[in-house]
Amino acid sequence: MADFSILIGGKAGFGIDKSSLVIADLLNQLGYRLYVYRDYPSLIRGGHTFSIIRASDKKIATHRNSIDILLALNQDTIDLHKDKLTDKAVIIYDSDAVKAETLPPGKQVIGIALTKVVKEANAPEIMRNTCITGALCRVLGINWDVLDPILRKNFSKEADLNLKIARQGYEGAGKEFIKIEPIKQDRLPIFNGNEMISLGLIKAGLNAYVSYPMTPTSPILHFMARLAHDFSLKVIHPESEISVILMALGLSYCGEKAAVGTSGGGFCLMTEGLSFAAMAELPIVIILGQRPGPSTGLPTYSTQSDLHFALNAGQGEFPRFLTAPGDPEEAYYWAQVALNMATKYQIPSIILSDKDMGECSYSFDLSLVKELKEEAPVLWNRQGQYKRYLDTQTGVSPLAFVPDKDAVIKVNSYEHDEAGITTEDPLVTTKMQDKRLRKEKYLAQELEQYETVKVYGNKDSKTALLCWGSAKGVCVEAAQSLGLKVIQPVVLSPFPLKRLEEALKGVEKLIAVENNATGQLVRLINGYGLDVDEKILKYNGRPFSLDELQERLKAVIR
Amino acid sequence: MKDLGTSCPNTWCPGCGNFAIMNAVKTALNSLSDEGLSLNNVVLVSGIGCNSKIADYMNVNSFYSLHGRVFPPATGIKLANPGLKVIGHAGDGDAYGEGLEHLIFAAKRNVDMTAIIHNNRVYGLTTGQYTPTSPLGYKGRSTPFGTTEMPLNPLELMLVSGATFLGRGTSHGIDLLKKLFKEAILHKGFALIDVLQVCVTYYNMYEYYDKRVYELKDHNPEDFDAAMKKIREWDYNTDSPIALGLLYKKNAPTMEERFGKFDRENIDRSSKIKKIMEEAI
Repeated sequence: MADFSILIGGKAGFGIDKSSLVIADLLNQLGYRLYVYRDYPSLIRGGHTFSIIRASDKKIATHRNSIDILLALNQDTIDLHKDKLTDKAVIIYDSDAVKAETLPPGKQVIGIALTKVVKEANAPEIMRNTCITGALCRVLGINWDVLDPILRKNFSKEADLNLKIARQGYEGAGKEFIKIEPIKQDRLPIFNGNEMISLGLIKAGLNAYVSYPMTPTSPILHFMARLAHDFSLKVIHPESEISVILMALGLSYCGEKAAVGTSGGGFCLMTEGLSFAAMAELPIVIILGQRPGPSTGLPTYSTQSDLHFALNAGQGEFPRFLTAPGDPEEAYYWAQVALNMATKYQIPSIILSDKDMGECSYSFDLSLVKELKEEAPVLWNRQGQYKRYLDTQTGVSPLAFVPDKDAVIKVNSYEHDEAGITTEDPLVTTKMQDKRLRKEKYLAQELEQYETVKVYGNKDSKTALLCWGSAKGVCVEAAQSLGLKVIQPVVLSPFPLKRLEEALKGVEKLIAVENNATGQLVRLINGYGLDVDEKILKYNGRPFSLDELQERLKAVIR
Repeated sequence: MKDLGTSCPNTWCPGCGNFAIMNAVKTALNSLSDEGLSLNNVVLVSGIGCNSKIADYMNVNSFYSLHGRVFPPATGIKLANPGLKVIGHAGDGDAYGEGLEHLIFAAKRNVDMTAIIHNNRVYGLTTGQYTPTSPLGYKGRSTPFGTTEMPLNPLELMLVSGATFLGRGTSHGIDLLKKLFKEAILHKGFALIDVLQVCVTYYNMYEYYDKRVYELKDHNPEDFDAAMKKIREWDYNTDSPIALGLLYKKNAPTMEERFGKFDRENIDRSSKIKKIMEEAI
């Protein structure tokens, strides 16, 4: 099979997440391309958590609804997912936790007394995962030699015990049910969007990351903290998101390249700092990982409903760079661009992510990412008296950083003159507002060299999907299967109107696909006199699966 | 003595207590400059309020922040460059109201900086409302029938929060302010000076303070309990003697020291990222 899906489910605290990555790692060794969808509730223990590990010979960025192998650590997993099983599906389950009579008829079932196995081995209950992974290997016809090093790598602490338990699962499964053939292609690393945003920022020269924990961007804080010593990164977790952005601006004032990360609620608290960054012209990158609102909403689920919030947050009028990468490759590339543009134009850059892009894992192909250079800030030439807000042709004032023996460096949240002194003078006010806004023109000009609008699928098709952010993965694959074109703006501010219009040439039917209730990208293009013919929206916190989007598309393309 | 002024016209009311604070800061900085401190190493961080205009009036590096947000950027600046001398100017609304959480955390972290609180116990720039340190029953424009809450004793709060240098002065006692500011700037750790600054327009307390203040003598600032006793002598509400001077001082590691040193050069980012990618295969 060159495209199959494994669902592993249980309660939060069972170690589902780790197991799904171990399984992905295992299949990666056989040359498969992976996508791991994660679905978990906002609690520490209990509830129902599951992951879908989809493997394919081609690069993929979405999950499917049809499940070929179900790994059930508890009864819920059977009850909640049995309708997704394919005809020939295999169920591996803990016979100590699942009632055999509840298993759907006509499937190949393998019950292993996982609970008993771990008990007898005096192992923690969480190692049921390892046992079921061992069984999975046998079922898929994967040699023990492949599993052994993967377990050693992933469970370095109790490798021997894990191997012993996995062996019992391997043998308990008895035989091979579905033969997985190794695929002859280079293996790729597996990363999620959060990790790639982090590495992109680090590559572009990040010096400091400041954040208050909030799903779905807390993993960025953890990842950065882990890498702090390797990259001389100052990683700080202050008392609130208000403090986060202000602290980062203090670092930025001193010439440190700084970024912050949060979700909608934290971004609400950051908006005064965002507007301040714009007025004081302090470079800053803000990662906004979307989750469904309003308010606390669905903390651990996904959405694309903060586009207009990100575009319009903050009092006053000011330029901002806003990018919404659609997968880890784009995350890695556009995070670099975001930091570069913030540095060069002394503006806030926002990276709009979401729970799915941030926390789902993908096979990452670096060869698809163009190499970028780290941008240095425009520096003062040391001639004459230093003026922090010197009015220049591009609006970008050359920088000096404290301490500088020849410069007094004043930044200010009030309207100010070129020296940074507060003003209420009408002429100076107009001049300084023009200066700040002028930067947007040069930023937009520079962005013309970048592929700010991407086109995929059948480029000659008269029917196109319009999408942004994490919906890209499912749109591209659905469009390829149906012979359609996909148009994806990756930069949303400054809006790449010219490139979008070029992409729309020849399109007679435009279908928006968004994970929100109102069609936020549609509303944005409406402002430029453009519109779509159909909207396919989903806003229950769950992304489109491939099968689901294909069905909904078929209903509108006819 | 360097003037340290700018060409910005001063808009404080005649008789405003902020003049005394600014003059004392200038004197302290000049004195430190004479002793070898480079004034380019000084960064003044201010919030929003009449007091914060000091950022416009002093020709030193400055970060004119938002209302209540003096301490987060000050902490960021210190973490960026621990060698800088950071002086935060905030009002009582700024530090004890809108930005109280940040103040507590700056003290808790023992960030090596000086906080000068222009505590006039009234909102001046927004024209006469009560603040966290206004006495019970204070009649302002938002509380025409008198406030219904007790004031906060900021020094008591700072002492238990981990501040390592606490002092109090008044805008009528410039010599003490000069001395306290200089010592506070030299102190390694979080230093806060609560200055009973007088707003002549909305809450003229000159006479009230003049009658009650006294300078500390034979007080051991390294004795926590003695400091607490002196701090609690006046609760910012009842009429009692008001101690001025250095109330508390302690040597303790700062956040920056614990945070460690960072080398901004010589990081081979590309090859380290490559290694991370290879390890994820």
